Amino acid sequence: MEHIVIIGNGIAGVTAARHIRKNSDKRITVVSTETDYFFSRTALMYIYMGHMKFEHTQPYENWFWKKNRIDLVKGYVNTVDHLNKSLILANGSSIAYDKLILATGSKPNKFGWPGQDLPGVQGLYSKQDLDQLEANAPDNKTCKRAVIVGGGLIGIEMAEMLRSRKIPVTFLVREDSFWNGVLPAGESALINEHILEHHIDLRLGVNLGEILADENGRARAVVIKETGEEIACDVVGLTAGVSPNVDFLKDSGIELGRGIKVNRHLETNIKDIYAIGDCAEQHESIGNRRPIEAVWYTGRMMGETVAQTICGNKIEYKPGHWFNSAKFLDVEYQTYGWVFSERGMKEYEQHFHWRDDKELICITMAFHKETKQFLGINTFGIRMRHEIFDRWLTEERDVFYVMEHLKDANFDPEFYTTYETKIVSKFNSEFGTNITPKKKSWKRIFSNA
Amino acid sequence: MKTIQNIGIIIFLIGLGIFSALPFMGTFKLDQGTFDGIVAEKRIKSDLFIQDIQQNVVGKEYNGMINLSSNISKALDNANEAHVKNKEYKKKIYTKSSEMASLIGKRSGSGYIVNNKGIMWMLTFGLGIIGALMFIVPQVLTLGKKGIKNDGIYHQSSTNRGWIAWLVFAFLVSFYMVLYFGSEYAVNWTYLVDPISESLSGNPAGHWFVYGFMYCVIMVVMAVRMYIKYRHNMYQMVRTTSVLFFQIIFAFLIPEIMVRLQMPYYDFKNAFPLDYDFFFQWNLKSLINSGGIGLFILVWGIVLTLVIVPVMVYFFGKRWYCSWVCGCGGLAETLGDPYRQHSSKSLFSWKVERWLIHGVLVFAVFMTGITLYSFFAETGTVMGIKTSGIQNTYSLAIGSVFAGVIGTGFYPIFGNRVWCRFGCPLAAYLGFVQRFKSRFRITTNGGQCISCGNCSTYCEQGIDVRAYAQKGENIVRSSCVGCGVCSAVCPRGVLKLENGPEAGRINPTQVLLGNDVDLMELVNNK
Repeated sequence: MEHIVIIGNGIAGVTAARHIRKNSDKRITVVSTETDYFFSRTALMYIYMGHMKFEHTQPYENWFWKKNRIDLVKGYVNTVDHLNKSLILANGSSIAYDKLILATGSKPNKFGWPGQDLPGVQGLYSKQDLDQLEANAPDNKTCKRAVIVGGGLIGIEMAEMLRSRKIPVTFLVREDSFWNGVLPAGESALINEHILEHHIDLRLGVNLGEILADENGRARAVVIKETGEEIACDVVGLTAGVSPNVDFLKDSGIELGRGIKVNRHLETNIKDIYAIGDCAEQHESIGNRRPIEAVWYTGRMMGETVAQTICGNKIEYKPGHWFNSAKFLDVEYQTYGWVFSERGMKEYEQHFHWRDDKELICITMAFHKETKQFLGINTFGIRMRHEIFDRWLTEERDVFYVMEHLKDANFDPEFYTTYETKIVSKFNSEFGTNITPKKKSWKRIFSNA
Repeated sequence: MKTIQNIGIIIFLIGLGIFSALPFMGTFKLDQGTFDGIVAEKRIKSDLFIQDIQQNVVGKEYNGMINLSSNISKALDNANEAHVKNKEYKKKIYTKSSEMASLIGKRSGSGYIVNNKGIMWMLTFGLGIIGALMFIVPQVLTLGKKGIKNDGIYHQSSTNRGWIAWLVFAFLVSFYMVLYFGSEYAVNWTYLVDPISESLSGNPAGHWFVYGFMYCVIMVVMAVRMYIKYRHNMYQMVRTTSVLFFQIIFAFLIPEIMVRLQMPYYDFKNAFPLDYDFFFQWNLKSLINSGGIGLFILVWGIVLTLVIVPVMVYFFGKRWYCSWVCGCGGLAETLGDPYRQHSSKSLFSWKVERWLIHGVLVFAVFMTGITLYSFFAETGTVMGIKTSGIQNTYSLAIGSVFAGVIGTGFYPIFGNRVWCRFGCPLAAYLGFVQRFKSRFRITTNGGQCISCGNCSTYCEQGIDVRAYAQKGENIVRSSCVGCGVCSAVCPRGVLKLENGPEAGRINPTQVLLGNDVDLMELVNNK
């Protein structure tokens, strides 16, 4: 029986394992050093905040793995020996494989800051990081202030976590507005305001100079590069992005760039070795996507795809329309299709932005300047229907059609205030159109379902 | 703010403390006239019992109900024993000793509590309400901006099965024990609400009136908490208002006012088989003897269960009843909200749930079948089964122990829907309709789920919502009461309760939306 070994029990690896089991009777082994069982990495923050316990972040009960004959090995892989098709673990044991899937995920970036390895300085990616944060910042007496370095999704999550225990937080963001490499200006501004509302000391346009140690060698303060200001703190969170966790493969013969180089079939340069999820790097970008996509959803999609290939239905990784989501403190964010920030905007891209005058709610729609084809939407504080936007993108609808049928796309809970009328009337006045939004129609919504 | 809240807790605890001490307090003195009245009213023919009470109880002053009640039950047991022995069955007293004790106790109370009902109400209910509100209302500020407010739930003793939770558990269980099995100890509580009861129905309060009143008070206070906690979520605001309305108007006020108007006591929203004694002989007789209104209630009760309930479930899901109208649901969604995370999500619990709840439904239908047969055939036994025996078994095991003691008492340990999930026969019936013929579903938003587990954790019915959401599948489960909290706590906007077309309601998928379309068709159509 063919033995499939998967390194990494995150969403990519586990999705691959589940789908291989669905489609075949192959022997499956998942190796991980992080935890015994799969858990949802995106939920780590909620454990610290007291919304859940660790066990709640595990999507499958513990009996699931044995019942589905997925062997779990807790161990750290030191070496991949592809000549002998064998893995050598840190404890000296080895595992032979017929096919190997690398799904080793990411690790937090460190950019050589002085003091970046001091006790009290940490990232937030793994279960171990969470345990460390619990030790470093159990309450606001032990941790009188925390400084977070890096204005991305993990940074703002970490700030929210610490604030849930009333720990004062200073948030250093390199950009002059939060996440504005990704978000258009209006949205980025809305999040800036929201961060301040949560009593987070947001510092825009600053970089970390160095981290200072106290007499015991623990972090005691950070120094801001630009101003030289020293900010006393007990914990420093390094959240300046992540990069593929591939150091152990350096001498393996597997081709590496920043990540593990793969073709569209998610195959590496070595036969029978595949890479999926955060650690995989496409030779060439797919559409507007980045070669490395460290996103939950793409990890899952690559897992679904590689399982097909391994089970004899060789298939390319063909992600559909881009989508993503996040939550910035209390504001939910969803995106469908492509809306670029001013920095990354395509020359044909035009934006329509609407923001409510009272609530923290806004949307930005991107469309083609000439053809008016709808390209994508960012929504803040309004939930939208994935299926509808996916369909509209496939059907290459123009922005007028989208405006007219916007009510079909609303996914907010019942009885919520709706904003389509306001949105469309602003669009009308900006573009001289005369669109009336159509009533929501179940028939249209479920026409393809 | 913190100070106000702490003072609030102290005031609340004082009120609760006095309330809890009341069963052991008060002076009771039965005088001859009152006793003669009771003998006449209850048509007591047992000379032994009358003698015993006259010798040992009448004219004596008791402190607290404990001694008085034990003397009464002793007298009653001795008398009955003697009558049975002497085959004087006509003299035997069929009133339960606990009921007799509460009747005598209620009429013989004297002293401070009876004479100062208003002050005593203030010291118990009043302090409880003021204290609780002083704790709850400042949350408008202390909880910060509107949004999900689950910070620290698993860090606090009260909501993480810590010692506070166990104390609450002990209190609730004892309270229900008194209510169902020791109503004589509730006599002092009834005095507190006598004025309210008299103004509504014209009668002094019994222990069920205390319960009904308390139920409303607790729901109102805890609804204030709901309004603050979920103020970002209109669905929760509207739903909370709805359960409050139906509890106060339909379950509490209308039945009391009907009594004043010489009509039968009836809660128009309480549907059979949750209202399990609707077809009991005494109820049918009382309805038939109540003229037009009685007949109307009889027809309404049957139409409610056979037509209104299933039709509404078809259009809106069982939520229209379970989390918008029902009293059990109302308490669960207000008092029970802090405990919703304790329902077990394991596959094992789901199996237990299906056996238990459907078992209770079968039991209820079986019991009602026998009841109706004996009503029309005018017999006391059917196929060797004593009708009253099976009725009493159901009332005790399901109606009192399961629905009350376990259903509410276990809130802090097993979550707020133990009864609704494992025991309620009406929920089982509604569940069939919801699962097989309904427009209701919780829609999963394409591929947006990140498997975080908030939805499953906060599902009071123990549904592993995530198991469906992470597969891109809609949630169509018979047990879902549509409280809407999964949708509220989802950080990525994945879940939406909706009533839509039946086609495509159940949509198993292997590959989620967002991955390549050809691949999805290939796999999903396989």
